[in-house]
Amino acid sequence: MSASLKLPIFMDNNSTTRCDPRVVEAMLPFFTENYGNAASRNHSFGWVAEEAVESAREQVGRLIGASGKEIIFTSGATESNNLAIKGVASMYRKKGNHIITTSIEHKAVLDPCKRLERDGFEVTYLPVDKFGRVSPEQVAEAITDKTILVSVMAANNEIGTLQPLAAIGAICKARGVLFHTDAVQAVGKVPVDVEAMGIDLLSLTAHKLYGPKGLGALYVRRKNPRVRLDALMDGGGHERGMRSGTLAVPGIVGLGAACELAGKLRESETQRLLTLRKRLYDGITAELGDIGLNGHPIDRLPGNLNLSFAFVEGEAMMMGIRDVAVSSGSACTSASLEPSYVLQAIGVGDELAHSSIRFGLGRFTTEAEIDFVIRQVITAVNHLREMSPLYEMHKQGIDLSTVAWAAH
Amino acid sequence: MAYSDKVLDHYYNPRNVGSFDRADPLVGTGVVGAPECGDVMKLQIRINEKTGLIEDAKFKTFGCGSAIASSSLATEWLKGKTLDEAMDIRNTAIVEELCLPPVKVHCSVLAEDAIKAAIKDYQTKNLGSAAVAEPLMVGV
Ligand SMILES: Cc1ncc(COP(=O)(O)O)c(C=O)c1O
Ligand code: FES
Repeated sequence: MSASLKLPIFMDNNSTTRCDPRVVEAMLPFFTENYGNAASRNHSFGWVAEEAVESAREQVGRLIGASGKEIIFTSGATESNNLAIKGVASMYRKKGNHIITTSIEHKAVLDPCKRLERDGFEVTYLPVDKFGRVSPEQVAEAITDKTILVSVMAANNEIGTLQPLAAIGAICKARGVLFHTDAVQAVGKVPVDVEAMGIDLLSLTAHKLYGPKGLGALYVRRKNPRVRLDALMDGGGHERGMRSGTLAVPGIVGLGAACELAGKLRESETQRLLTLRKRLYDGITAELGDIGLNGHPIDRLPGNLNLSFAFVEGEAMMMGIRDVAVSSGSACTSASLEPSYVLQAIGVGDELAHSSIRFGLGRFTTEAEIDFVIRQVITAVNHLREMSPLYEMHKQGIDLSTVAWAAH
Repeated sequence: MAYSDKVLDHYYNPRNVGSFDRADPLVGTGVVGAPECGDVMKLQIRINEKTGLIEDAKFKTFGCGSAIASSSLATEWLKGKTLDEAMDIRNTAIVEELCLPPVKVHCSVLAEDAIKAAIKDYQTKNLGSAAVAEPLMVGV
């Protein structure tokens, strides 16, 4: 073990990220000195805060090819998704009641859609292929004259798969349907451009891009077309009336700084992450067999590696690598005792969903950490396979799918 | 979720991992659970022909740490017991010993089921033979 290695290791960067020290630095004065209310128009405290907010708006806009004026600050992507979906549904209800999304969206998209279904909307949940992708053709076929919104995530949080946003955006544009994307995982990690991709609404959150928790944004297109939304909350009419509430200035400054950094670092970071991820994958597979890659082999987030370790249960695996923070699609780790619906949707059998581990590499991941994780994973898998009745049967040449299990 | 020290101990130092020959008439094998459910437990007992006591026990488990610990503990408890005594091992005792939280109770249930299945297997194999002097009712 290298002397510089600090345990535990955080390798769960799809769940959240460490706030970059440069981001923290930028935020600090807005807690202590520049604590004005950005809506105070008549004194310098307010002006300083407002100026900081407007500059953050520009920083966020620049990262996604939008103008700062099109950025609405929210409390995070859950709110952004709710605002986009319910806000559009409510505003355009007269035009139609049909929404199209995918079966592998985050709950912050699926659950607002389910609520709308209870309120009389119709929602199409497009299935995905074995890599987790929807095709633009599927979207085109699902659009009816009642469709008002298509919501497709930019990158999946579990398996990292990227969606063909530009092609979907072009179809939506041609058919006069609004296009929303939950780009939480993609922004700052892969190129995202609302113009090139025909995106009308885009959700992002600061804590996934090395910014603070509790701060997000919704991009709302202002022209071609001008998108309108019904607000979720009534109040002071902040953020063009779409999101009332005193602006969380320190967080907003943090999001702005995080976006600017991400824009500067994205390309070099991508190269670094791809190298580290390859090292991790190669290191593990060099010594262990029966490992499946979940998600797309190429079109995926550079920091995401989702593997199924056959014959080994995910939570037990996490216990074996307890100095490493990762996550699993196993039912044993979830409150619902259901395996990951994303893995189910891409046709990974339940038994392999239980065996999945998501490694989320990030800006602060080091080569020494990767090497440590490789050793831990190999040790844990060997330990657990030694204990696994499934592995034993597999070695005896028994096809597990033909066994009549005594389900309980 | 934090694991109890006992769960961790069984996880890192599992007792009695392994397999006996299923075909051995003195061996009873119980396999419960299913891979799709995320847990499969195989528990085996070997009976001493002369004493009728469980002289050895082994397990293999695919499941979470609590499932592994439950089965590891079960093998420890089984050794030296009569079949009657083994039938009386309750999952609640396992829960208590390992300090399992409510979401992990089913892992202990699986261990109890595996014990019963192993005993039943042994008895079925030895129906009418001397090894089962007094056949037990197996109620699950
Ligand atoms: C794809 C996706 N959408 C939405 C969210 C929710 O974001 P937030 O935590 O900012 O509400 C997350 C993260 O948890 C996510 O991964
Ligand atoms: S085996 Fe799934 S929770 Fe224990």
